[in-house]
Amino acid sequence: MLNKQEQNNKSKRTVIIALVVTVGMFGFGFALVPLYDVLCDIAGLNGKTGPKYVLQSGELETDLSRLVKVQFITSNNENMSWHFKPEVTQVEVHPGELMQVDFLVSNPTQQAMLAQAVPSLSPSEGADYFHRVECFCFTQQTLQAGEEARMPLRFVIDKDLPKHLTKLTLSYTLFDLTNSDISMASVPK
Amino acid sequence: MSAVVENELNEHHHHGPAQGISRWFFTTNHKDIGSMYLWFSFTMFLVGGCMALTIRAELFQPGLQIINPEFFNQMTTMHGLIMVFGAVMPAFVGLANWLIPMMIGAPDMALPRMNNWSFWILPFAFTMLLSTLFMEGGGPNFGWTFYAPLSTTYAPPSVTFFIFGVHMMGISSIMGAINVIATILNMRAPGMTMMKMPLFVWTWLITAFLLIAVMPVLAGVVTMMLMDIHFGTSFFNAAGGGDPVLFQHVFWFFGHPEVYIMILPAFGVVSQIIPTFSRKKLFGYSSMVWATSSIAILSFTVWAHHMFTVGIPLFGELFFMYATMLIAVPTGVKVFNWVATMFRGSISFETPMLFSIAFVILFSIGGFSGLMLAIAPADFQYHDTYFVVAHFHYVLVPGAIFGIFAAVYYWLPKWCGRMYSETLGKTHFWLSFVGMNLAFFPMHFLGLAGMPRRIPDYALQFADFNMISSVGAFLFGTTQLLFLYIVVSTIRSGAKASAAVWEGAEGLEWTLPSPAPYHSFTEPPVVK
Repeated sequence: MLNKQEQNNKSKRTVIIALVVTVGMFGFGFALVPLYDVLCDIAGLNGKTGPKYVLQSGELETDLSRLVKVQFITSNNENMSWHFKPEVTQVEVHPGELMQVDFLVSNPTQQAMLAQAVPSLSPSEGADYFHRVECFCFTQQTLQAGEEARMPLRFVIDKDLPKHLTKLTLSYTLFDLTNSDISMASVPK
Repeated sequence: MSAVVENELNEHHHHGPAQGISRWFFTTNHKDIGSMYLWFSFTMFLVGGCMALTIRAELFQPGLQIINPEFFNQMTTMHGLIMVFGAVMPAFVGLANWLIPMMIGAPDMALPRMNNWSFWILPFAFTMLLSTLFMEGGGPNFGWTFYAPLSTTYAPPSVTFFIFGVHMMGISSIMGAINVIATILNMRAPGMTMMKMPLFVWTWLITAFLLIAVMPVLAGVVTMMLMDIHFGTSFFNAAGGGDPVLFQHVFWFFGHPEVYIMILPAFGVVSQIIPTFSRKKLFGYSSMVWATSSIAILSFTVWAHHMFTVGIPLFGELFFMYATMLIAVPTGVKVFNWVATMFRGSISFETPMLFSIAFVILFSIGGFSGLMLAIAPADFQYHDTYFVVAHFHYVLVPGAIFGIFAAVYYWLPKWCGRMYSETLGKTHFWLSFVGMNLAFFPMHFLGLAGMPRRIPDYALQFADFNMISSVGAFLFGTTQLLFLYIVVSTIRSGAKASAAVWEGAEGLEWTLPSPAPYHSFTEPPVVK
């Protein structure tokens, strides 16, 4: 049988191991945050369209054999009061063709406001093949009272887009950041 | 229970309990702490029960008549939080404190001072949580699952108190769990090998591992909420690059093991009681141990079955559906073993056995509705309806709560040295049984017919079943006052109990006199 001293030492070791597990699991909870993004990225979930795309030279060989319909949807989050809509709601492009679509935005209120648009592509399977060369969603937008603006989106669809995808829908949600303390570092791409 | 334990002072134990109130503040005795946990849990059970009855009173008839919708939301939220964290979990920790040292032949828990601390955090945590009801903007109103952004962007200002309350009860549970692990792994009497441990000890060991694995994740998720609310981060805020769905993933990574935390110790209790009153050994002891471990491990792989409708990919729906169904296998093994233990036993139906048999039957009903909910395509219809409410109340009320009742009736004579009244005990059982089924069975029909949960009003066609449900709830609720009377009158004036108490009972705790002396097994017993 164990004497008291041995028992205490063994207990101490058990407690230390259990505490390490506890602290480790606390950290794991936070590790789930980047892990979630990585998994969504790998699986192409959530329609996240990736960061700004840099065109390689000679890449713009257009695949004239097929056309892809791209639709644009805009919506405002909760109390966002800006008018926000695409210039055209639908375009047809060849894969590999560089295309620009402008979005019209205006601030009808009496004060300057700050906004952020967050994109999502559906079906999410196509997210990896939708490259944004230029997007207003890469930065936050400031509009003075009553100001209007045209915001450009330039994109190219990858030639490797799976054949069965003939229609992509890009949706933008506009968030009001005027009175929000969200830090710049966490802005989505 | 205090009065009786105090009578136990005798010359063999020169340092018995301290006198007066300081005994309870400073005690490091596992029996004192166990009693405090159990009384605390019962208090919370009544508080949470009053909230449930407020809900049922409002739902007695269609229309809004007693409380306004804002307060209704606070009631559903607080009822869930109080019952999960205040009633069920502390009750099991109380049972662990009382029973584990006596069952493994240890003089006390491994870390008695931490034990005191982990209990005394709880009253403060719950005072803080309950005080939010009286604050401006009211208490938590976002459901016990506190999904973001309801609990962040749209939360009442009191949410910060809720977050700290959750942190404190989390710390308490983690300390309790570490204590249980250290006790079981290091304090067993000579000869008490792991595979000789009573099943209650086994299930608690596994529960304790679940607790230290997932309570920190809960602490993490409320910390993220705190940071989103006060420090400008965007874990769950889409405008800043976060994702509200992430909240649900992290929450249920904690939440699903949590539901097993609330049921595994009850499995252990029933596995002790059924053999006693069947006068047979437990059928399939080692398969019970393996089944419990498999349930615990599988519980980490099924969390997204709570989120079938948020838009997870087809592969995810299938994976989580099949993984969830897989849990039915070890659970089925356990139910089979309990039935096989009773099979051809000479069964008698004392109160603990009645609660245990009801546990097996009604928990299985809850298990089956769980299987229905696990079917992803069907879940799209059931999600967030009263069918879900019926399901988890069937596993928690006749599961966890009946398990606790059974344990109290079974071990109360050992704790206080006095026998409860069998007539009153059986009355308590039958009233609880009828009330509980009346309250929760109609909810299955309501849910299948499409009544959404957490809404203070409903369409007229749901009126009859809701009325039945409310009547059952009030029957079940008021019956618990009888339970309080039974326990108090047993402690004060029950007939003297013998050391063995039950003729078929096996285990080290029954070798101690009744009531169990303040210090037991100071010399470890030898287990053959």
